[in-house]
Amino acid sequence: MNKDMEARRQELLNQGYEEVYTRTKVLTDAVMHYCPGCGHGTTHRLIAEVIDEMGIQDNVVGVSPVGCSVLAYNYFDVDFQEAAHGRAPAVATAIKRLNPDTFVFTYQGDGDLAAIGTAETIHAANRGENMTMIFVNNGIYGMTGGQMAPTTLVGMRSATTPYGRRVDLNGYPLRMTELLSTLPGTYYVTRQSVQNPAAVRKAKAAIRKAFENQKLKKGLSFVEILSNCNSGWKMTPVAANKWMEDNMMPNYPIGDIKVDGKICEGIDANRLVLDHPLTVMQ
Amino acid sequence: MAFKGQIIIDTEHCKGCGVCVPVCPMKCIELSKEVNGKGYNFTHTVNDSCIGCASCAMVCPDGVISVYKKKI
Ligand SMILES: Cc1ncc(C[n+]2csc(CCOP(=O)(O)OP(=O)(O)O)c2C)c(N)n1
Ligand code: SF4
Ligand code: SF4
Ligand code: SF4
Ligand SMILES: [Mg+2]
Repeated sequence: MNKDMEARRQELLNQGYEEVYTRTKVLTDAVMHYCPGCGHGTTHRLIAEVIDEMGIQDNVVGVSPVGCSVLAYNYFDVDFQEAAHGRAPAVATAIKRLNPDTFVFTYQGDGDLAAIGTAETIHAANRGENMTMIFVNNGIYGMTGGQMAPTTLVGMRSATTPYGRRVDLNGYPLRMTELLSTLPGTYYVTRQSVQNPAAVRKAKAAIRKAFENQKLKKGLSFVEILSNCNSGWKMTPVAANKWMEDNMMPNYPIGDIKVDGKICEGIDANRLVLDHPLTVMQ
Repeated sequence: MAFKGQIIIDTEHCKGCGVCVPVCPMKCIELSKEVNGKGYNFTHTVNDSCIGCASCAMVCPDGVISVYKKKI
């Protein structure tokens, strides 16, 4: 807050207003380089708020990926380590094993986590590493100019699928989160999103649970966040959020998949074995 | 019980993305015609009907909105 804003804040507090929301101090003052309206910013905010509310700012280490969020360490006022592309879960494993009572989390995009880093992701989950992984799925390689990712939808246009992703040529969208839920090493697996206030509140509760779980030492907590890449999708942020609801959500259903080490009721086996009930975009 | 709300927007750090505009139940927020130092059409409040629900702050990727409320 600058001087004028601080003065206005004091004025409101003196008039009997209570502060309902203000930017957490666990975020640094640095302006995030993300495009206007990008879900990475919202997701950063939620993680920082959880760290703040849990009072663990001095005992948390984040690991940032390669992708648009490569500079995440500039935005969190906590210890951070940058990993090579896709290797965040391996780096985080080492940090957590050497510091078992420190809260450790990775922050990765879909290209990082579900393409080049697939092996690290699956093995960290299968080993049941007692840490938190945050997976921001925007269905595209945002940073490098919007190329197809494993998560790109069937029919979705990207720089490398200009006529839309084709199953015969490009295979199926990879549901990493469902896949990981089938591994015994995962303790909590959920998919959330951050495009409206209700979704944001749920996503924050999920992130909180994923961090709290580290105290139990029972395995990996994995939170996928569906997010827009409005630049890569070539839409305004508001249109991108709507597009995400209409197109991403039918293919990547929102909600808990596995809680306290058990697959949730109502989660259908077909979804877990990656049968192909994927909608084709128009 | 009714609440009266107020928001403080850090206009210099607003990126004018507009995602806070449609989520306000009271239609308090609009993008301004003016731009800030970075060239973004920052948001401003256009009426006095804020109820302090913090919906706008929840969705702001850059965390530039602070929200205040009191009972009336
Ligand atoms: C070893 C290596 N291979 C490829 C790249 C190029 N590269 C940079 S970011 C990226 C993908 C990022 O996509 P994603 O993880 O989805 O992040 P987003 O930007 O969408 O958040 C790629 C392929 C690289 N930097 N290093
Ligand atoms: S390119 Fe996409 S993912 Fe990257 S900052 Fe911009 S909107 Fe976000
Ligand atoms: S706090 Fe609620 S009512 Fe007030 S401006 Fe924000 S969204 Fe609108
Ligand atoms: S959501 Fe935040 S950055 Fe975007 S227009 Fe609203 S106040 Fe500005
Ligand atoms: Mg991506």
